[in-house]
Amino acid sequence: MTQRALEVLAVGPLALIQDLGRPGFAHLGVSASGAADRSAFRLGARLLAQNLTHAAIEVLFGGLQVRAGVDVTIALTGAPAPATIDGRAVGHAAPLVLRADQTLRLGTPSAGLRTYVSVRGGIDVPATLGSRSTDTLSALGPKPLRPGDRLPVGPAPPDFPNVDLAPVRSPTSAGVVVTAHWGPRADWLADSDDLARGRWTVSSRSDRIGVRLDGVVLARDARRRGDLPSEGVVRGAIQLPPSGQPVIFLADHPVTGGYPVVAVVDDDGIDRLAQAVPGQRVALRLAAYPGKI
Amino acid sequence: MITAQQLRPCGPHAILVQLDDLAAVLALAATLRERPTPDLADVVDVVPGGETVLVTIAGTDLAGLRSALLRLNPVLPATNETAPEIEIPVHYDGPDLAVVAALAGLTVAEIVTAHTTIPWRAGFGGFAPGFAYLVDGDERLRLPRRSSPRTRVPAGSVALGGGYCAVYPRSSPGGWHLIGHTDLAVWDTDRDPAALIVSGATVRFRDVNAP
Repeated sequence: MTQRALEVLAVGPLALIQDLGRPGFAHLGVSASGAADRSAFRLGARLLAQNLTHAAIEVLFGGLQVRAGVDVTIALTGAPAPATIDGRAVGHAAPLVLRADQTLRLGTPSAGLRTYVSVRGGIDVPATLGSRSTDTLSALGPKPLRPGDRLPVGPAPPDFPNVDLAPVRSPTSAGVVVTAHWGPRADWLADSDDLARGRWTVSSRSDRIGVRLDGVVLARDARRRGDLPSEGVVRGAIQLPPSGQPVIFLADHPVTGGYPVVAVVDDDGIDRLAQAVPGQRVALRLAAYPGKI
Repeated sequence: MITAQQLRPCGPHAILVQLDDLAAVLALAATLRERPTPDLADVVDVVPGGETVLVTIAGTDLAGLRSALLRLNPVLPATNETAPEIEIPVHYDGPDLAVVAALAGLTVAEIVTAHTTIPWRAGFGGFAPGFAYLVDGDERLRLPRRSSPRTRVPAGSVALGGGYCAVYPRSSPGGWHLIGHTDLAVWDTDRDPAALIVSGATVRFRDVNAP
């Protein structure tokens, strides 16, 4: 095969095409979607000296194997999955050359959840509503990767990579502490201190829609009964369903919801939650906004 | 005019505006959609809800967004001005027609007449791409949901529930009463516009079998 493409030989639990998503269509009921860990995606693009419109492969918990049709330059960011090219170990957060007919294999990451395989030129599948991202809630965008898929690679961008290695910290295996700001329905909590005091673990039912937290049940204020009329929700929103087990929305969150949003995690926190594995501990730090809303 | 008390924090990139009713929601959403002033240039999404409008920005200048919102004078365009009008042809053959007739105390023929005579208006969406909650319409058709939802409602189904009417853009679970179906695609990513029914639009249903 001498196509300018990557051939998928094997897939672990899940592998999806992602870029920075399709913001601006919420009024049509379309969520922005995009890479769950946006800073890892951005780093991959910077290492390859290309802009953020170039789509990458988001690999859930390793396992991806791809073979190059022609020489390509790639980079691995996010969760550090042990990686080999034709059996030779290669590094993380560095531009790597994958020559024609060589195979990249990702093992299982020892920390973190999602590894981004970026390629110079980007994965050049057709875009839907301006983005190549797969939205797992609405099924918009490309289908999840399967063995046998041929992923076209776009033309190389004009600038050349000039960084050998980005010394970024791995996702942590210890507890994840994220910063959140009080949300629109913070007054639905029986005791606002419960949010900062709460200790949870990531549920195995978490996915790109949201991280579900098992642990402390957050009680609602006794005066707040029933649900809210549907209202818009944002990525990072901490939503309180009747069960009292919070959900923190990630990239494929629904556009509207009827459960109260008590706080919203900041961008850095969302990226780190996107790397939290089932069973990992999560705690929240609440901060007030400077100034008034 | 919007007051400061109506603005609720919603993270580093958004403000949720609390309003009194759907008319106020549609007025604000329609006004914001035009990005009427330069200080609203950073607005990414305007998401109407039942009683709220969520406004998101690309950056983090929430103070700027707050000022811009407080300076706005939201005006609802008269329905015969800029709101698009959409006609939806319907086969009134839904499995719940008889149940709906019984609930409303009408005959099936009267249900069809009620559904097609008074126009509906698209309030807000969000449930799925292309899905819009339709309001107004004949008030006798404001019905509760089914006691048990269906696991699969076919794409194009025309339904009544929760006080609203809607057309399901694709097959999904659904808890509303099905009164018919349309062959029109209310959602099509290969078409511009992808969504046929957007907030504020007037929607009229037409019985394909009417003489």
